[in-house]
Amino acid sequence: MIASTNVNSELLRFTTAGSVDDGKSTLIGRLLYDSKSIYQDQYDAVKAASERRGEEGVNLALLTDGLRAEREQGITIDVAYRYFSTPKRKFIIADTPGHIQYTRNMVTGASTANVALILIDARNGVVEQTRRHAIIASLLQIPHIVVCINKMDLVDYSQEAYDAIQEQFELFAAKLDVVDVHFIPISALVGDNVVHRSKKTEWYNGPTLMYYLENVHIASDHNFIDVRFPIQYVIRPYTDEHHDYRGYAGRVAGGVIKKGDEVMLLPSGFTTRIAQIDGPRGEIEEAFPPESVTILLEDKFDLSRGDMIVRENNKPDVIQDVEVMLVWFDQTKSIQLRGKYALMHTTRSARCIVKEIRYKLNINTLHRDLEDKDIQMNDVARVVLRTTIPLFADAYRKNRITGSLILIDEGTNNTVGAGMII
Amino acid sequence: MNYNLNHLKELESESIYVMREIASQFENPVLMFSGGKDSILLVHLAYKAFFPARIPFPLLHIDTGHNFPETLKFRDDLVEKFGAKLIVGDVQEAINNGMVVEEKGFNASRNGLQTAVLLDALEQGKFNAAIGGGRRDEEKARAKERFFSHRDEFGQWDPKNQRPELWNLFNGRHHIGEHFRIFPISNWTELDVWQYLAFEEVELPSLYFSHERKVFEREGVLLADSDFILKRPEETVFTETVRCRTIGDMTCTGVWKSDAMSVQDIIMEIATTRVTERGGRTDDKRSETSMEDRKKQGYF
Ligand SMILES: Nc1nc2c(ncn2[C@@H]2O[C@H](COP(=O)(O)OP(=O)(O)O)[C@@H](O)[C@H]2O)c(=O)[nH]1
Repeated sequence: MIASTNVNSELLRFTTAGSVDDGKSTLIGRLLYDSKSIYQDQYDAVKAASERRGEEGVNLALLTDGLRAEREQGITIDVAYRYFSTPKRKFIIADTPGHIQYTRNMVTGASTANVALILIDARNGVVEQTRRHAIIASLLQIPHIVVCINKMDLVDYSQEAYDAIQEQFELFAAKLDVVDVHFIPISALVGDNVVHRSKKTEWYNGPTLMYYLENVHIASDHNFIDVRFPIQYVIRPYTDEHHDYRGYAGRVAGGVIKKGDEVMLLPSGFTTRIAQIDGPRGEIEEAFPPESVTILLEDKFDLSRGDMIVRENNKPDVIQDVEVMLVWFDQTKSIQLRGKYALMHTTRSARCIVKEIRYKLNINTLHRDLEDKDIQMNDVARVVLRTTIPLFADAYRKNRITGSLILIDEGTNNTVGAGMII
Repeated sequence: MNYNLNHLKELESESIYVMREIASQFENPVLMFSGGKDSILLVHLAYKAFFPARIPFPLLHIDTGHNFPETLKFRDDLVEKFGAKLIVGDVQEAINNGMVVEEKGFNASRNGLQTAVLLDALEQGKFNAAIGGGRRDEEKARAKERFFSHRDEFGQWDPKNQRPELWNLFNGRHHIGEHFRIFPISNWTELDVWQYLAFEEVELPSLYFSHERKVFEREGVLLADSDFILKRPEETVFTETVRCRTIGDMTCTGVWKSDAMSVQDIIMEIATTRVTERGGRTDDKRSETSMEDRKKQGYF
């Protein structure tokens, strides 16, 4: 393996989704293999396993095959993370299953992704799963979508087939909240247009998948406008040397925070200035997302976890009635109207009650069902929550950090729901 | 001004965030210190996360009694440098008082015993969050591990029943008696770790760098010769220029032929290498799914 030793590469997170057998594992194996991210012993193990299974050639799909249960069932059942790098970027793949009952995994993988990679079998075109994946990518506001039309070798690399699928997808995506969609004809098995340009698709002038992943513009995927600093932890050393040190540690969720800036503190509404910002390598002049820093204020205030530092003329919404699109995860129970749950939002913990279920969203058709309010595992619904304390929130569209929350069952402590604030 | 973090700084920021989340959500965390580069990185990141305050949790080292002598010296120096608190779980003591039984034979290893001693130490100390240096790129079974990994009251991991982890919201709520394994460097690869250690000029144990050592070969892996390991008659000892790629128990940590004298050399070596770092660990070779099996039992 010849991996990249460049220390100044960017990090790109993407999620992969496709129906079973669309070629997702093969594609990931191909990306890892062609980018030389596979070690010899891994390759040998996969080769041996392919032979044991009586397959011809080396089955690259086996590279990403994880737990024993899956090996037995022959399908992926949970989110698995893979890593590879090229001289330009380091990549984290959240590999999520295409299985129908695992919307929850897809949502999990999508929550931090810059790019959604949607796989379509060229022979089948847009199917129910494709629509579901695109809707989830749009719900979770993944900034970029790349649609790979796979198995082009099985349709004789036909441009007509490709164009028809692209048109099908665009027609449907017009109804979604997605801005940046890109199409690429590939064969994961043979390697066409994955890392190397294919000679068999002369009619296609766009980039290969790898080129796309290496160059898609992700620098502005964070919000650099609206200052949001949720306080995560208070650092008080109580040593002689740092006797009066009171640092507010956290990760910048939005905006650029500069030393000397006038800021407002929530919930108190007091204003003060930023006296000092400590980064991982000492004092810095400014901090931006997603940096973890420690902020010192000019005036002595007693802030705690869950408070937020913002700008006076640019505040988040301070709300207790929270309208969200909620994805439900609980296998055992559906959402209880008037039910009480624990809630985590930024670094703030609260309790909430489900005040109203407005509708269930059919994530295959986008149909809003106002009648059926039985929200079960993997359903998506628009609901109104009433929280015990105010949240400092933004619309999810504006900021994925201050706009997201999770619900926790207070009995089992399981994470049962994920909400995107509207 | 370009508001863009490189991948190392982004990983660093994520890990520091997780460290602070641990200190916020758990009354009694502990950092599992093995002596290897990953746990050295953890200590380094914990130090940064709480600076200028001290690291607000102790380090726990499970001493198999079969350590490279260099490891213990390095550990003690590190603890002193960061003003950290150290707890040692002693496998030899557990053998002596009959809590666990020593394996016998040529491939005898104290790895399995380590798990029992670890679980005991966690219970004794009433630790409800054990911070580990596991990385998802290490092994297939780890690829699905969460940052916050829930364990039941027997310390077992259930891969089918893990909490979904979304955005940067980590749910660490737990019942009494349950605990979490938490992996702040989940998203780092071996190369990232070395690049970062080089960038930060972190001091490392001499074992990682090329040195001369008495070794012998077993199943294609070079092992360091020591009193702790039983050699077969045909296994002859010779001197070789080697280094460790991982540091663990002397009985099962392979050493590599290498001329790497600096972290930069190591980075070049890894970037062009053809075998994963776990390829040198005989404990993983026992079966294809051995890591997964050990994890279910509560291994690191
Ligand atoms: N002909 C052809 N077969 C493919 C291609 N990609 C994947 N396959 C095959 O399709 C089957 C399913 O692929 P796999 O990667 O396991 O699909 P997954 O279920 O989406 O992970 C396997 O037999 C692959 O060899 C392709 O581009 N062309």
